[in-house]
Amino acid sequence: MKLKTFPGGLHPPDNKQWSAHKPIETCPLPAELIVPLSQHIGAPAIPCVAAGDVVKKGQVIGEAKGFVSVPVHAPTSGTVAAVEDRLHPMGKALPAVVITPDGDDAWGELPPPLDVQSASVNELRDRLRDCGIVGMGGATFPAHVKLSPPEEKPIHTLILNGVECEPYLTADHRLMLEEAETILDGIAILQKILGVKQTYLGIEANKPDAIALMEKACAGRDIEVVPLEVKYPQGAEKQLILAIAGCEVPSGGLPMDVGVVVQNVGTCAAVADAVLRGIPLIERIATVSGPGIKEPKNLKIRIGMPLAHLVEQCGGLNGEPAKIIMGGPMMGMTQLSLAVPATRGTSGLLLFTAENVPLRPEGPCIRCGRCVRACPAHILPTTIAAYARLDLFEEAEQFNAMDCIECGCCTYSCPAALPLVQAIRHAKGAILAQRRKV
Amino acid sequence: MIAAVISLGGIGLSAAVALGLAAKKFAVESDPRELAVLETLPGANCGACGYPGCSGYAKMVVSGDKLAAVCPPGGQEVMEKIANIMGFAPITTDPQVAVVRCQGDNAKAKLKYTYIGVTDCVAAQKLADGPKLCPGGCMGLGTCARICPFGAIEMTQENLAVISREKCTGCGKCVASCPRQVIELTPLDATTHVLCNSHDKGALIRKYCEIGCIACQICKKNAPDAYVIEDFLARVVYEHHLETGPGVEKCPTKCIRDFAGGYPQGSSFAPPTCAMPPQKVA
Repeated sequence: MKLKTFPGGLHPPDNKQWSAHKPIETCPLPAELIVPLSQHIGAPAIPCVAAGDVVKKGQVIGEAKGFVSVPVHAPTSGTVAAVEDRLHPMGKALPAVVITPDGDDAWGELPPPLDVQSASVNELRDRLRDCGIVGMGGATFPAHVKLSPPEEKPIHTLILNGVECEPYLTADHRLMLEEAETILDGIAILQKILGVKQTYLGIEANKPDAIALMEKACAGRDIEVVPLEVKYPQGAEKQLILAIAGCEVPSGGLPMDVGVVVQNVGTCAAVADAVLRGIPLIERIATVSGPGIKEPKNLKIRIGMPLAHLVEQCGGLNGEPAKIIMGGPMMGMTQLSLAVPATRGTSGLLLFTAENVPLRPEGPCIRCGRCVRACPAHILPTTIAAYARLDLFEEAEQFNAMDCIECGCCTYSCPAALPLVQAIRHAKGAILAQRRKV
Repeated sequence: MIAAVISLGGIGLSAAVALGLAAKKFAVESDPRELAVLETLPGANCGACGYPGCSGYAKMVVSGDKLAAVCPPGGQEVMEKIANIMGFAPITTDPQVAVVRCQGDNAKAKLKYTYIGVTDCVAAQKLADGPKLCPGGCMGLGTCARICPFGAIEMTQENLAVISREKCTGCGKCVASCPRQVIELTPLDATTHVLCNSHDKGALIRKYCEIGCIACQICKKNAPDAYVIEDFLARVVYEHHLETGPGVEKCPTKCIRDFAGGYPQGSSFAPPTCAMPPQKVA
């Protein structure tokens, strides 16, 4: 049977065998937790604790500001050591609440569990906001916003994203194997909020055990498990919709324009915890892997754990790291140091040593067209990048630079080692700045 | 043969007549002064005057009743010529020159990370505020050098932008292009500048740069009128630029430079000749 997929894309060596078979381990608490107040797309949270305050696990330490924003919670019980600027995964020093754990890990007062059948949609949505639920695939978009489609755009399809197409990462894979029931509870809540008719769960075919297990668990639940071709970026929202629902999100549009909402399986588990148990988003699964680490693992981490602590739990470093990546190797963010804390979007921590990061000198474009063939957004990366380098941003926009999803397939496939996606991102930034000005 | 000559010649003749008539009938009236003004302008279309290119500036000059904007690249000479053409009172301009307020090239200032990507300062600045530990220093990826319409900016081997005082016309395009505001327009006759743009405290600066301003106040002590220290960074008071000498000599990090004595290390520009040697004010 031919598996469903999208045109374009490629398959980098995925190296998932390093951690795919390893059960999730709970990471012990570090000496200090650094909880950034900006862990989601939207306005940063406003701190509501001060240095010296005693906080309980799950207590709100930063309040949401505006609709596209979520609160931040204390990941453990302890004392607030400081509210100050700390190095953030974005590479800048941003406000964070620093907590010294007291070791008790005692829960504070949690909101009561909601009954999915009797609770209203608004109650459920408010609960997700109050518990700080964001998209756990890495983009960290507040879930309650995604689940509040305007009336003129009815949603008929919910797609769950268990694709995990980024190389090395196995966090969602392990989550599906170990916490299938929690994911299904979360799916039921999302189905109720959106009132959808169809629900699909997309999983890449390189996880046959997860596909079999989820198919068994979904039996009789109105959820269809869709095995997908092993190809990057199969897990990108628009590519996933094209593969499963067969419709293309219009240029500049959102999935809701075609009546679809996509949520990550990790988000489903967090949704279930929030609604059924009142537990805010203070934990997540992250894969620590790469040739720079002694023992790759899947860890259940608290938000705010310094990356150095995760490294310690995995047997330490294999030599001096030349590159530290938070997230996957294709779209993850390179980090300045291991002092950076893990956030809600930390799906993985990858370490590479100097011999694994080959630096080829940049050459001239040989017009081979590999980037064009690989581009899942069907744009012309080499043309847009050439315009971007000449600061001709209007021309770049005419060639649909804004449709770039920044997956990095073009840069990966380029035999001349041109920084294509970097140039396109540069153009996108300039185009957005220009739009803001007008 | 003859038929071909007659028919083609006939078509040519009638087209010539039609074109000649059309040129007379639909002639666009243009002010001859506009062309004259345009010819005196430098023709770089840099936009420093605030109008779209040199023709836009010429149009503005001819349509107004006085000079509303200065052409910085043209300077005093061009302004006088335009005033003559138009019969306006000439306006005086103070010639300006752009200065890169940084000497921390890759040999002297430490890096935060190795930058691989588009060779462009604006793009690099977006990645964790740039690859340099110094928050204000020149990143050396040459955005200003590429944008300069006069070819006045060169990048040294160690990635530092240096601006030629002879070639720079003070149009300010580089100032607008720099994402870190390292470049500043300064009076041409002031040759002494504090070449540092970091407001960090001295102890921190010493950790990442050999040649940054540590706000030690020594320049101010030696030449009280010529320098001010604002937010941990010394600056030259350009009204008193002739008194800066003692500060240049005593600066412990050598971040104050008198361009009369040459450009920063690594530059291929010859020491400026147009710069006037400092003179004592009577």
